[in-house]
Amino acid sequence: MTQTPVPVLHEADELLLGFARALRAAGVPVTQDRTRSYLEATALVGLDDQRATYWAGRATLCSGPDDLDRYDQVFTAWFLSGDRPSPRSQKDERRTVQAALDEGDGAGEVETDEETLNAMASEAEVLRHRDIADLSAREKARLATMFETLRPRAPRRPAHRRNPWHRGDVDAQRTLRQMLKRMGEPGEVVWRRPAQRPRRVVLLLDVSGSMSSYADALLRLAHRFSHPTVGPGTRGVPRVEVFTIGTRLTRVTRAMRMRDPERAIVAAGETVPDWSGGTRLGETLRIFLDRWGQRGLARGAVVVVFSDGWERGDAGLLGEQMRRLHALAHRVVWVNPHVGKTGYLPVQQGIVAALPYVDDLVAGHSLATFADLIEVVADA
Amino acid sequence: MHPTTLGSPDDLAKRLGDTGYLCDESLATIGFLALSMHRPLLLEGEPGTGKTALAEAFAEALELPLIRLQCYEGIDAGQALYDWDFPRQILHLRSLEAAGGGAVTDAVAAEESLFDERFLLARPVLRALRESPAVLLVDEIDRADDEFEAFLLEVLSTYQVTIPELGTITAATPPVVVLTSNRTREVHDALKRRCLYHWVEHPGLDREIAIVRTRAPEVSEALARQVATLVQRLRTAEGLLKPPGVAETLDWARALQSLGTRELDVESAAKTLGAVVKYREDAQRVRQALDRMLAG
Repeated sequence: MTQTPVPVLHEADELLLGFARALRAAGVPVTQDRTRSYLEATALVGLDDQRATYWAGRATLCSGPDDLDRYDQVFTAWFLSGDRPSPRSQKDERRTVQAALDEGDGAGEVETDEETLNAMASEAEVLRHRDIADLSAREKARLATMFETLRPRAPRRPAHRRNPWHRGDVDAQRTLRQMLKRMGEPGEVVWRRPAQRPRRVVLLLDVSGSMSSYADALLRLAHRFSHPTVGPGTRGVPRVEVFTIGTRLTRVTRAMRMRDPERAIVAAGETVPDWSGGTRLGETLRIFLDRWGQRGLARGAVVVVFSDGWERGDAGLLGEQMRRLHALAHRVVWVNPHVGKTGYLPVQQGIVAALPYVDDLVAGHSLATFADLIEVVADA
Repeated sequence: MHPTTLGSPDDLAKRLGDTGYLCDESLATIGFLALSMHRPLLLEGEPGTGKTALAEAFAEALELPLIRLQCYEGIDAGQALYDWDFPRQILHLRSLEAAGGGAVTDAVAAEESLFDERFLLARPVLRALRESPAVLLVDEIDRADDEFEAFLLEVLSTYQVTIPELGTITAATPPVVVLTSNRTREVHDALKRRCLYHWVEHPGLDREIAIVRTRAPEVSEALARQVATLVQRLRTAEGLLKPPGVAETLDWARALQSLGTRELDVESAAKTLGAVVKYREDAQRVRQALDRMLAG
């Protein structure tokens, strides 16, 4: 047991490192190198100046406006309140309990009977076409594994640059360069054509009460969209942005980027505050356009709205916002789970207001219709 | 002057103030840190909050040249770093040919002479490295593609570039780098980690009045106060499509001043509205609310 007094500097470092750790526990992605810059920055401005250390930490540890609120809260709790929790207990709080979902039928049972296999295959085919809202919990769990079969492709747009091609326009520079190689001897003419880049896709998921039975499936679909198959000639991963709409607008893109779908859905669930709430489509859409869309997120993008069009708010506002969205986006696709059902007429107030500004109105109540939707988006 | 000779954040704030850029405590602290830690500064915020202006003020306050790189979709290393002046190279080869009597005698020497400094077109990033100390402004990084960000990351972490034909060019002193973003797209985390981050807010009322008074000294105190108050109210209350930034406040004050307005009233405000709001829908909304706003 050593009873030597701890140097003051050491204590200060521990205080700062503990703060960085608490911040990470609060959900701000603080990495090791950020922590190091933080220590460096606080040393520069001087630890005794509390306001300066506040700004130094904000500049080095935060990476976006989403982090700023959390930073403020943790800063107040850590530096300004007397009873500071020890770093140890913070670490314990970080553990998230996750329960594995029921694997569904037949996961553990070994059956090699051909008849059973056939039955399974056709059952899967039936499940593909069933309305997701009518499925039992067990069927839903099986369907969840089938989302893997969906392979979204990114829509394409012409890029600024041009690529070599066997026909098209004359590529003067490359032709001349090849001539130069042959000491000015004229030879074959080379051609080029505009290159293609993936177009941005924006998904707006309605998570209000009337859509609650589809919410899980929509998030799974959004997760598939966030991890698309990269086709030949596609440079980089296409940008997919996912938002939930309802009574509030929540960006869940970050959660959707996680590889594992279950984790992604848990993470999205933690971010979205308004599950199964009311629907104020017009207003949330306005917030989306003001904060994100108008500034460029929706510009030239393929925007897919998943909603049944039950609007509690002002339908006029929804129509106005859809007009704005349509003016910004390359294509607006409205996915309505009721469209594919017999006897459906688009008469709800919301959908009537939105319809003039929708390029494609498609069904979205089963896995098969989701596969069709993927084609619509890819060809947009 | 050399950027690291600044003593404290207040020192920087004072220097920026002398150039007419009024910054608050937070921005001064972060700017000071960026200069002393040799880290790029990533500024995000609403359009019109003075992100680009800060880089210009840095250059002026530190008496350094400002080199600006405007990003756009499809920008590549050739437009940011360097390119070879192809037509001049051809011309050079032709003149060699002419001088040598129709045949190039030494092919290797001829090729080497093609990749000489004088045929190198230095683009902004390379220029900043070579002319450093300088201020490099990478404007609207969110418009560029992911690949370009990765490339920029490479340059910003080592402050050197390698040109295969010439060798490695290293900055003697790292340039002051300011990146701005309007957040139309999330900038990659790897790049953010390299930078000091700051979210630029609209200035408060007093600061905005001070900015108008500094930037447009011809505008009277009373008019500056009225304009700034009204713009602040427009930003918060009216839910406009595009809330006006500080640049719009300045434009409006100048517009009113050049019309000889002493006191802002409904008529003069309506006439010059085009300086503040840039959408038809916004203009209608503001015009309807002007009476109420000027009264209150």
